[in-house]
Amino acid sequence: MWELIAINQRRSIYLFLVMGVILILLGYFIGAYLIEDGGVCGIVIALLIWLALSAVSYYSSDSLFINLSGAYEVPRELHPQLHNVVEEMVIAAQLKVKPRIYIIDDPNLNAFATGITPEKSAVAVTSGLLAQLNRDELQGVIAHEISHIYNRDTQFLTFASMMLGSIQLISEGFLRGLRFSGGSRRSRSSKSSGVPVLLIIALIFAILGPILARILYFAISRKREYLADASAVRLTRYPAGLASALEKISKHSQIASANKVSAPMYIVNPLADTSLNLWNTHPPITERIKILRSLHHGVDFRSYQYAYQRVLRSRQQIIPKVALNRYESISVRESTVPDVASEDIKNENVPVSENTGSDLISEVIAEKEVTDLLRAVSNFIFLNCSCGIRYKIPPEYKNSSIWCPRCGEIKTIPGAGKTETSKPVATGGQVYQRTGKGWESIECACGRIIQLSPICTADSIQCPECGDDIKIVSKSDN
Amino acid sequence: MSIVGYIFLGVLGVVIWYFIFAYNNLVKLRNVLKNAWSQVDVLLVQRYDAIPNLVENLKGYLKHEKEVLENVTRYRSRALEATGIPEKIEAEKRLETALNQLNVVIERYPELKANENFLVLHEDLLSFENKIAYARQAYNDAAYFLNNKIEQFPSNIIAGIFNFNRATYFEAEEHKREVPKVSFS
Repeated sequence: MWELIAINQRRSIYLFLVMGVILILLGYFIGAYLIEDGGVCGIVIALLIWLALSAVSYYSSDSLFINLSGAYEVPRELHPQLHNVVEEMVIAAQLKVKPRIYIIDDPNLNAFATGITPEKSAVAVTSGLLAQLNRDELQGVIAHEISHIYNRDTQFLTFASMMLGSIQLISEGFLRGLRFSGGSRRSRSSKSSGVPVLLIIALIFAILGPILARILYFAISRKREYLADASAVRLTRYPAGLASALEKISKHSQIASANKVSAPMYIVNPLADTSLNLWNTHPPITERIKILRSLHHGVDFRSYQYAYQRVLRSRQQIIPKVALNRYESISVRESTVPDVASEDIKNENVPVSENTGSDLISEVIAEKEVTDLLRAVSNFIFLNCSCGIRYKIPPEYKNSSIWCPRCGEIKTIPGAGKTETSKPVATGGQVYQRTGKGWESIECACGRIIQLSPICTADSIQCPECGDDIKIVSKSDN
Repeated sequence: MSIVGYIFLGVLGVVIWYFIFAYNNLVKLRNVLKNAWSQVDVLLVQRYDAIPNLVENLKGYLKHEKEVLENVTRYRSRALEATGIPEKIEAEKRLETALNQLNVVIERYPELKANENFLVLHEDLLSFENKIAYARQAYNDAAYFLNNKIEQFPSNIIAGIFNFNRATYFEAEEHKREVPKVSFS
């Protein structure tokens, strides 16, 4: 765990250095253009702006972001469960001080953490989040936020956003000043040389600098989100909680009081989504959910890294190697909420029994029940996924497992492949269509998971469990 | 001094530097472990203090579950008497099982979940269990790192010289979800 913090801080410093170089170059060229031999003066002014912003952020960033979001602090008496959940996560992460807890009055679902050091940090959640999540889901969200504090992401985000802010401030000021006093400047620069070289360089830096800094900043911010998910799951040992919380949040995550500066601090992007991946502060939420849902066996960093590579079909190292270099394996714990599936069914039935006024809804549900009954008669298999969806699998469906279209979890169908005999036998004729070129895992009808390596070019593979030959169709074949 | 002498001195320096580094690392890990244990200890004491009050309040709601409640009280006093970390861990396991049974029993009374006062009690009970579970998790993580260093070469040499002992893991009893016997006396 300590190695992870050390590596995070080192990477933050690299980013600061790159951003610092951009800032200094920007200051130098603008200064040199505006004043004769004023490059150094420009650098000094740029650094002063940056220092001032950093000082402000160091002494008041937590209260600054809290005030911006319009949150108020909650005492323990008002919401003991929220306090309990935060305390549990503080204990799990071995933080020395419990962060202050705030509520944002907003019916939408979101949460954020802020703070320069773990000792001076705060966690804020919306009232909508508290109303709609159960205890396990709330715990997942809080664990994610505590992980941001523990991994020093809040620290990084505050300082980096101030640096980004000063780069943007300087270049915007320069460009605006140029527009207003366009003609008058030219006489002086044309005096020294025919072509205003300095103007062009300064312009290039003023336009490209903020863009470059932002791309860097967002790339790291996205990576830290995955890392916080992995740490959260490691703390709670219960990936389903965070996954279903993210599902609920993804539907109503937009927060009125959020802005571009505070956006990276939230658990899910609180602003309307921009389509271009490069500009997003957060990774796509569907992918985060898919990764969490596919963590069946272990919740350690290794398992998360593996799930990440499998879901995104990439080889990127999302968790630093040093932290992976442990032979630890941590298994998933049970849910503390009694029975998630039965709770969902209960919710489904509520409109029928109580809400008699809405006839349309009860009619639709009654109709659903009748068709379900008919399906049950004709040997359909019913399966509840942990994400709340319910599959109705027709008897013609031959595969032994099903891929949940909502959360991506692979579910084994009970009784499939065992209809003829109780013992798993070679059924023959299994065909697997490769979906990509990376590592893939396929499930044989007998339940055995077989790994396909990227270099495997054979057109069939034998299951070591039941001896069945599975035909492999590679993607390029059709 | 000859070149061999310099090389010898260099190697000696590296070895000494490693000794200091490994020793400090072990001390750090041991302190983390101690800290984690004191966290567990504080929470356990808090729970001992909270149990009598909790049981008293629950008695009103769970009139037919006397046995389960009595179990909790009994194992609490036994855990209080235990001394030394291994004995404490053993006694705690019993108490944990009794409290888990209590939780299972509570889930059998859905009408209680509508009662505000009861919900507060239940949240307290649940949170105590969770906090202890997480503190134990942190303690076990610390124990794991320390034990690893004590056993792995070459840090095991330093651990041997300075008498670093392996830490005992605080394993929880497998969550017993079976429903205890009901007594209608």
